[in-house]
Amino acid sequence: MAATEVPGKRGSGLGAAWHRVAPVLTVLAVVLVAWHAAAVWLNAPQVIERTLSSQPGWSALDLVRLTLSMDRPVLPAPHQIALDLFDSVFGWPLDSPRNLLFHAAVTSSATLLGFAMGTALGALLAVAIVHSRTLERSLFPWVIASQTVPVLAIAPIVIVILGSMGMTGTFPKAIISMYLCFFPVAVALVKGLRSPGVLELELLHTYAASKTNTFWMLRVPASLPFLFPALRVGIAAGLVGAIVGELPTGAQAGLGARLLTGSYYGNTVQIWSALVMSALLGLVLTGCVALVERGVTPGGRR
Amino acid sequence: MSTALSTPVLVAAFALLLIVAVLSVRWLAAVDERNVFGRLGTPLLFGAWVLVFWEASMRAFDVPRVLLPAPSLIAQSLANGIGVLAGDFAQTVLHSALIGLVAGCTLGFVTGVLIDRSPFLQRGLLPLAALASTVPLVGIAPIMVMWFGFDWHSKAAVVVVMTFFPMLVNTLAGLAESGHMERDLMRSYGAGYWRTLVALRIPVALPFIFNALKINSTLAMIGAIVAEFFGSPVAGLGFRISTEAARLNMGLVWAAIVVAAVAGSLLYGLLGWVERRATFWHPSIRTTAGAVQNATGR
Repeated sequence: MAATEVPGKRGSGLGAAWHRVAPVLTVLAVVLVAWHAAAVWLNAPQVIERTLSSQPGWSALDLVRLTLSMDRPVLPAPHQIALDLFDSVFGWPLDSPRNLLFHAAVTSSATLLGFAMGTALGALLAVAIVHSRTLERSLFPWVIASQTVPVLAIAPIVIVILGSMGMTGTFPKAIISMYLCFFPVAVALVKGLRSPGVLELELLHTYAASKTNTFWMLRVPASLPFLFPALRVGIAAGLVGAIVGELPTGAQAGLGARLLTGSYYGNTVQIWSALVMSALLGLVLTGCVALVERGVTPGGRR
Repeated sequence: MSTALSTPVLVAAFALLLIVAVLSVRWLAAVDERNVFGRLGTPLLFGAWVLVFWEASMRAFDVPRVLLPAPSLIAQSLANGIGVLAGDFAQTVLHSALIGLVAGCTLGFVTGVLIDRSPFLQRGLLPLAALASTVPLVGIAPIMVMWFGFDWHSKAAVVVVMTFFPMLVNTLAGLAESGHMERDLMRSYGAGYWRTLVALRIPVALPFIFNALKINSTLAMIGAIVAEFFGSPVAGLGFRISTEAARLNMGLVWAAIVVAAVAGSLLYGLLGWVERRATFWHPSIRTTAGAVQNATGR
């Protein structure tokens, strides 16, 4: 693993893999050690106050053992979170509200619906902006300005408004996801649809291609390398939107609701396992987009 | 207000107004091509027309205030609640978001500069940083509220965590941007590591760093506002929005959103202005100034 990186030249398969994985593992190990140390340090005052002060002569070993297995720790140890996660996923039926996979499914359905709507809206806006000079001048600056606005601030109102119109459940959350998704898609598509150069456009012109033909055969394929990174950003943002959308209603289901109830009842382990689950969900969702990307753009322009 | 008017008259009036609006925007966009009013004219006119239609349809169709208050009502609540909203602004923007933004970006930048010397640590941290970008980091808000209390400290902590990774990744990418030629030149001048860093590598990295700053400015506002949903003292824009929305006092809710929007845009605009001053030499800044934009516009 001491080999320096030479572009274009790779070591043997195993060595190269080790070269890539070893630093990550090292950093992870350091994080784990630091986490345990922090857990001991942060939980120690409570442990000493509650249990150890009543039994004189306690040793450092007792302290470590107790701080890493507290019921409601300030910072739970990683194995406590893993246990809680494992318990909730495998210990309960899939449709039980105690199963985190159930909450993940609720959140991801809102995310996916919002992602689909946001992508459609972003694509519509982009096509309109690319084809109309007026819209580009008047609308596009507002699309960009909409991103500097903390859009999540409107989440509670969207929920309240749609709730008063009798819409509850997945749809209002999906609206918030949509709001976060459409921007990266719109901006990237405007860039991508414009990316064909004069040479390519004129070539199609000499083929007597119509505007529609040019759009589907040149502009759309050319925009794909711009579109997919935006989709990955968009679906991650959409997940944030869905989770935040679950906060203000006091929704009973969803990862955001788990975070909220956990913070109401001071159940730290529950917060952390909901957090880990949402992280995993984020990875799975972006991974799916990456898989589609690999299938749609063969040869992988990356 | 205009309930006396019959529906056909209303529809005709709206159609007429719409035609006027479309024509005027098209006209200004065409004129703007020659840069008479600067680049701001068309979007401003477009926004003004949106406001006019918003106000007109709220009045004409008697939309309940709870659903969507008219712009005039929002402006009125903004004027009435200016004292309350100023306190919220100080709490959320000046304390939570700005302090968190400065701390998170400084931490990310310093970590980036330190790690830059160790390829091993870079290979270890960059995959984790990429991972962090797919993870909804706002979720740590309840934990931070538990650790640092209800006041702005916990919100600033959320912002620090959210802004750290974008800054780290961009700093590393920026520091790698200076080429071998330039570095060799610096060495031939006898410049040491720190001298090269300050005189060559950080200036070259500035476009990346400003990029991260702009991304982070919106992240900071989001983090500060969302963290307030998990508990806050009796001030803050996120607190105001969630409590007033529960009381269906929509005028003040929208006024708070306007404040948040203006604050977010101002922060972003300010960073953009500083960026244009600091990286005036970069091609992406140079082209926006002159005729190149018009030539390559389509």
